[in-house]
Amino acid sequence: MASAAASGEETFTFEFCDKTFEGYNIDAPSQSMTLTKAEAIDLYREMQTVRRLEMAADSSYKHKLIRGFCHLCTGQEAVPVGIERAIAKEDAVITAYRCHGFTYMRGASPFGILAELMGRKDGVSKGKGGSMHMYAHNFYGGNGIVGAQVPLGAGIAFAQKYAGEKTCTVALYGDGAANQGQVFEAYNMAKLWDLPVLFVCENNKYGMGTAASRAAANTDYYTRGQYIPGIRVNGMDVLAVRHAIAYAREYAINGNGPLVLEMKTYRYGGHSMSDPGTTYRTREEIQHMRSTSDPITGYKHRILEAGVTTEDELKAIDKAAKKLIDEALAKAKAIPEPSPKELWDHIYVKGSEVPYLRGR
Amino acid sequence: MAEPIRGMDLGVAHSKLLLRTVSDVRNNHELQRLGVSEGDTQRMNMCQAVNDALRTTLATDDTSVVFGEDVAFGGVFRCSVGLAEEFGTERIFNTPLTEQGIAGFGIGLAAMGHTAVAEIQFADYIFPAFDQIVNEAAKYRYRSGNEFDVGGLTIRTPCSAVGHGGHYHSQSPEAFFAHVPGIKVVMPRSPIQAKGLLLAAIRDRNPVVFFEPKILYRAAVEQVPVDDYVLPLSKAEILKPGKDVTVVGYGSQIYALENAIQMIERDMPGVSCELIDLRTILPYDAETVVESVNKTGRLVVAHEAPRTQGFAAELAAEIQERCFLRLESPIERVCGLFVPHPLVFEKMYMPCAVRTYEAIKRSLKF
Repeated sequence: MASAAASGEETFTFEFCDKTFEGYNIDAPSQSMTLTKAEAIDLYREMQTVRRLEMAADSSYKHKLIRGFCHLCTGQEAVPVGIERAIAKEDAVITAYRCHGFTYMRGASPFGILAELMGRKDGVSKGKGGSMHMYAHNFYGGNGIVGAQVPLGAGIAFAQKYAGEKTCTVALYGDGAANQGQVFEAYNMAKLWDLPVLFVCENNKYGMGTAASRAAANTDYYTRGQYIPGIRVNGMDVLAVRHAIAYAREYAINGNGPLVLEMKTYRYGGHSMSDPGTTYRTREEIQHMRSTSDPITGYKHRILEAGVTTEDELKAIDKAAKKLIDEALAKAKAIPEPSPKELWDHIYVKGSEVPYLRGR
Repeated sequence: MAEPIRGMDLGVAHSKLLLRTVSDVRNNHELQRLGVSEGDTQRMNMCQAVNDALRTTLATDDTSVVFGEDVAFGGVFRCSVGLAEEFGTERIFNTPLTEQGIAGFGIGLAAMGHTAVAEIQFADYIFPAFDQIVNEAAKYRYRSGNEFDVGGLTIRTPCSAVGHGGHYHSQSPEAFFAHVPGIKVVMPRSPIQAKGLLLAAIRDRNPVVFFEPKILYRAAVEQVPVDDYVLPLSKAEILKPGKDVTVVGYGSQIYALENAIQMIERDMPGVSCELIDLRTILPYDAETVVESVNKTGRLVVAHEAPRTQGFAAELAAEIQERCFLRLESPIERVCGLFVPHPLVFEKMYMPCAVRTYEAIKRSLKF
């Protein structure tokens, strides 16, 4: 990879087509962005790694190594990758249960994530959280109850503002959760108090088995904040995601208050591993999205066309990503489950355990 | 051979309490008394039985509507399969992902005289609706001096452990609701029970929260009478008579209790345990339990929900008050451990047959 490193600083400019962004009471971001070769390749590598991670989770689940409920983000990789590369490490992220991609991007290792999925003691939540409850530095999960994480996001943003940091919170939720009352409660508080929170709706067109149009009177989720400006983004385009979030972040950390962003994206799998995903949508639709809008394939063509890199270099990255995940999986499989004593840990803060909790 | 199981077949698949054959149905005392034991039956699991009850409701009550998240395509557990096709999408429809909204909307609908059957997709998600149920549904009749009521409201929700549900797909929150005057709380143990109790709950002129142990949806199979029938609410059922100890439970826990009793009766020959399914948790049939404890002198109560402030605490307090001098040993409570419902540690958490066996033994040997 020596040649890649040597010319890593070379910059490339990418243009966005008209349909990429839509502004609501705010100007859309500019139609072009520039990044270095190293940054461009990194986006590809990270999306490929997240894809591989989710594929490993999928096969492990089918082999019953992972139990419980497991929600994969296959197809939606551009969102966690684009967001992470647009924000700072000191910014905060919170999302719902489709969280493996975010956990990885926020700094957890594939080993930690896979071990957690399999309920092993060296998982990111010590094996006690599972798929839906993964955390990392400045990543507040990993939440099971739909919509409940959004007011939490407003609270985190309040703390950031209170501390005078120039940081923001990215609070994500889905198109189903967008109809939860508590989301609107969070909108109101955020706008009233000018909180630096980006409310990001990952609209993958289906709330479990219900099409967005059958659940929402207004499916323009980026306008649902009414008095909060919004931006709609093509969420299958990692550059668009990165560009829009960077733009939104500037707005929020400079005291302008919250924004609502809608990432138009798509999941190839069902809602979770228990859902085939084909009883409420056609296989043709899924196939169509895979072949025309895949975030990784689409991005690959773009960077090849722009001369950022070569097919061979990308193939090498693909191989390395596969190797990374395969090794992490093998390592995770060898770790034991947490000790039964840990059942009692962390219910209350250490030192304040009550004797009568010990049920038997 | 793990003690004290020693190779015994455990669980609902081997239960003798299910009425698997037509003659089981013909010979069942309660079904005979209700005049339901002689008609045609059909092999159904619990989710099909629920489906049958919903179909019967929609066919016999023009004001009835069924709604909830994803119910129109059949529901995540297939309990509402085929209903939209048969009765139309104005009567079976999806709601947005809004539990508080679903409950409030159902209350309004019921206040207008409709039979509103709402589904909360998992009982773990019922908490946003808690305010509506406690402060609106439960108090409607009382606060309006009987001018209005929401008797037509039934909220059905899958509950309890499923083996891998973790924190948010396994909870049994019946105790929260058992603390609310004005509503009823019901939990069936089998397909025949589910159909009859659900029809009773829907037709009862009080708001009812109907918990369906999700692990039984596929695992419990019986010959269910195809006719329209109701089982009585607030009436506990004695599943097995006994003279030495009263064992009370409800829902999927009944099968763990059945196994514990089998182990006790195998290890302590001559001892017989009386097994009672409470069926309705609020208002509960204290009389049946009192009568049983007055006979046996000992009580063991079991439920999956965590021990502290679980429903067993209420039953224990009530029975000690009414049967104090008759009791031969302290009332035993075998419950989930007081921790958030764990994923990897679920086996340790559950009030399994072995734990119940130990409690029954303690009670008998006190």
